Amino acid sequence: MPGTEPAPGTRPAPGTHPGADGWRLGIDVGGTNTDAVIMDASDRVVAKAKVPGTEDITGGIIAAIDSVLSTRGVEPRRVTHVMLGTTHATNAVLERRNLRRIAVIRIGGPATHSIRPMFGWPRSLTGALSAGATIVDGGIEFDGQDLSPLDTSAIERFLGEVGGEADGIAITSVFAPVSARHELTAAEIVKRELGDIHVSLSHEVGSLGLLERENATILNGALAGVANGVARAMRQALVARDLRPLTFFAQNDGTLMSLDQAMRYPVLTIGSGPANSVRGAAFLTGRSDSLVIDVGGTSTDVGVLSNGFPRESSQGVEIGGVRTNFRMPDLITIALGGGTLISRDSGGIRLGPASVGYRLRHEALVFGGQTATLTDSAVAAGRASLGESGALGDPREAGDRRRLLTDALARADALLAEAIDRVKTSKDERPLIAVGGGSILVPGQIPGVSEVIRPEHFDAANAVGAAIASVSGQIDRIFHVGPGGRKAILDEAREEARERAVAAGADPDTVQLVEFEEIPLAYLTSPAVRVRAKVAGALDSRALEDAGPGRPARESRLRAGEPGEADAEDQRRQRS
Amino acid sequence: MKRLLDSQLIRALARGCAVLGAGGGGDPYLGLLQALQAIEDFGPVPLVDLDEIPGDSLVMPCGGIGAPTVFIEKIGNGDEGERLREHLEYATGRKVVALMASEIGGSNGLMPVAWAARMGLPLVDADSMGRAFPEVHQATMHLAGIPASPAVMTDERGNVVVFHTISGHWMERLQRTAAVEFGGAAASTEFTLTAGQARAPGVTVRNSVSMAIRIGTAVADVNGSPIDALIAAIDGNRLITGKIVDVDRRTTSGFARGSVVIEGLGADAGRLVRLELQNENLVAMERGRVLASVPDLISVLDSETADAITTERIAYGQRVTVIAFGCDPVWRTERGITATGPRSFGYDFDYVPVEELAGAGD
Repeated sequence: MPGTEPAPGTRPAPGTHPGADGWRLGIDVGGTNTDAVIMDASDRVVAKAKVPGTEDITGGIIAAIDSVLSTRGVEPRRVTHVMLGTTHATNAVLERRNLRRIAVIRIGGPATHSIRPMFGWPRSLTGALSAGATIVDGGIEFDGQDLSPLDTSAIERFLGEVGGEADGIAITSVFAPVSARHELTAAEIVKRELGDIHVSLSHEVGSLGLLERENATILNGALAGVANGVARAMRQALVARDLRPLTFFAQNDGTLMSLDQAMRYPVLTIGSGPANSVRGAAFLTGRSDSLVIDVGGTSTDVGVLSNGFPRESSQGVEIGGVRTNFRMPDLITIALGGGTLISRDSGGIRLGPASVGYRLRHEALVFGGQTATLTDSAVAAGRASLGESGALGDPREAGDRRRLLTDALARADALLAEAIDRVKTSKDERPLIAVGGGSILVPGQIPGVSEVIRPEHFDAANAVGAAIASVSGQIDRIFHVGPGGRKAILDEAREEARERAVAAGADPDTVQLVEFEEIPLAYLTSPAVRVRAKVAGALDSRALEDAGPGRPARESRLRAGEPGEADAEDQRRQRS
Repeated sequence: MKRLLDSQLIRALARGCAVLGAGGGGDPYLGLLQALQAIEDFGPVPLVDLDEIPGDSLVMPCGGIGAPTVFIEKIGNGDEGERLREHLEYATGRKVVALMASEIGGSNGLMPVAWAARMGLPLVDADSMGRAFPEVHQATMHLAGIPASPAVMTDERGNVVVFHTISGHWMERLQRTAAVEFGGAAASTEFTLTAGQARAPGVTVRNSVSMAIRIGTAVADVNGSPIDALIAAIDGNRLITGKIVDVDRRTTSGFARGSVVIEGLGADAGRLVRLELQNENLVAMERGRVLASVPDLISVLDSETADAITTERIAYGQRVTVIAFGCDPVWRTERGITATGPRSFGYDFDYVPVEELAGAGD
């Protein structure tokens, strides 16, 4: 591919293969700010912008796009790809807002009746999104046989009862990670009975653990409308500038999914923000294994970069009081950022958890404001030169204000050091990449850290991470140790993950194994192992152009002049 | 009746069962949901003492058998317990008046609660391990010479197998094979006995349900450190507080074996404690010295919440406190040690009670 050779040493992990001279626009919607960057075909950051977030997030996205496209030297027409990372779906669940009504089909009877779908959920959430639930006979055994034959007529009856109420259908079969055949058959029945209604299938959402996977699948269906709203806002902003780039969403593992996929599987974008920061940190430093700290205005995430990707959590995550098990970055999050308020009371130094957020540049002492923040502490300690350090008091006199700033920073250093230590996997010293607008807080010396790396464009690492994201394929299922022994299983797992990555749009020449885990199953006489494997590769722009029928939809070229309100229907049609 | 198991007590019971699982027995979360749904649909379950039941009436010990990984997918129907009772009554010609958990540790401590609710039967405050063990014959009734037969096993579809075997070894062998054919998980009852037999010294572990509830309640009600409250509630020994720095897993003959290294933090800085696992936590060692071993209980707890972490969920970087506490006295008899002591798991050292080991270390 001409013109796509990266500078040596700047490619820690597969990135994109843009078109010959295509530029990419990466956007990351964070808790405080929305960031955007433009990267050219040689993976150089051409422009970046940081704007305050807005209540409905779309205002922030539009402002960030406008700001970065207006930067001197940017030729908007050269932008061929847009990648968006956002965690707004979490808030929709927490606030029970804009949720679609979902009819839940579990395939597993006569097993699984002892725990109904959504049993134990917060009632307010069930009330907001449930259009009814059923358990039909069917499902798979761990060895791939039928648990019982699939009761197709029970599915038809249920759809007849609730079909009118539901905006979407969530289908979960016992041991779908071993075989998805009953879920796929059920999906066909839904299509026949109800047409192009949104369908979520559990084997594409989560891993082993029926209830957690079912929960994630239900939430996925409920969030389809939210993803749609964001996509629409972005489309409007781009169409207004007469731009029609290929559009992608960043997902929880730091890789890309097409707009179509994001509509079908919005829950897989829920943790994309921190994943983007880790990927961006990797790209900006050329490292593939490191600790990464992302300090924002209000909070700090510490994660682990492993083989160029965020390490994933092996435990489930709870969202809005519901246990789920889809893949998420393994993070320690603490309420500490550049805007964190500091004060002293009878109990000693208090840090936050409140933050001045995006008002930092008006309210912090160094910016002429009246509020002492951790940014002021960092400036007082000489970790950064920002604003007016004279406002912090004379460093030679140990005044009250000066002492507060010093003591607060010592406390913050201890909290950061503990968070860093908690994510480490061994006692060996590891390098730490510090990114995010608030990373000036991070001290140069930290116990257990060999060096602190502060890359250029550290303040836009999240948006950079979105812009360089690659494409992955993952499997998580049970294998039986057969005559070929362990090696045959590992080969099969790798190959399957590889096929998935290529089907999702990865360039076959660039895919590589980035994660592998095998867990032997206890209490069984016949040897079986659970294998998790992930491979990733560069986004193959050639494949995007000739993706025909029979291959998964991988692109959604934005069309000008399309009425935004019709988008939902439009997306449903596109899926078929 | 000792008390009525309502949703609040069942939640406490679940926390306690996790601690008594000593790393094994599976995550009680699913058992908890099953019990909660069953009492929501059928009403709370009376917890009774063995002394409250007529001596000649039948108690059914029961639980799940199979792989935790299968249980988290193929959750039960809920009617398995009723089917076990029906076929046990047919095989013995007698009425079952109460259920008992075969194994209080892990999810098996909860499953009988769900079944009892559906049948309207009480649960007795006892079990046959006082913890979790990997094998069916590692039960107090086995030590007491009560036959495992007739045993009944069933699945969610309604398949039933009744076992009459010549030894506990054969029971283990045939039940495991059947469990695999059932799809890796099944419900079973074995070592059926009368309340009179169960009351005799050493035949069952008495008050183990109450103990699990006491553990769960202590942690739930605490103002200060949940770990301290838990240790006080069970008179346990804190072995180390630190973080997991190494996890090594391997599988041999169907059992998940492995080892875990915990590096001390805070007051324990500089210490390294190694745990040997085989489904459960078997041995804790420090620089070649044994700190605790089976049949005493070794539990790995989250240092902040005191939630027990099962061997399958142990991962690098977790902040944990490892505690050990004494098993039921029946396991400390010669026969008990032969069945469940370190040598029965292939270790070349003799069992010493954890409280003596703790004294030796100071």
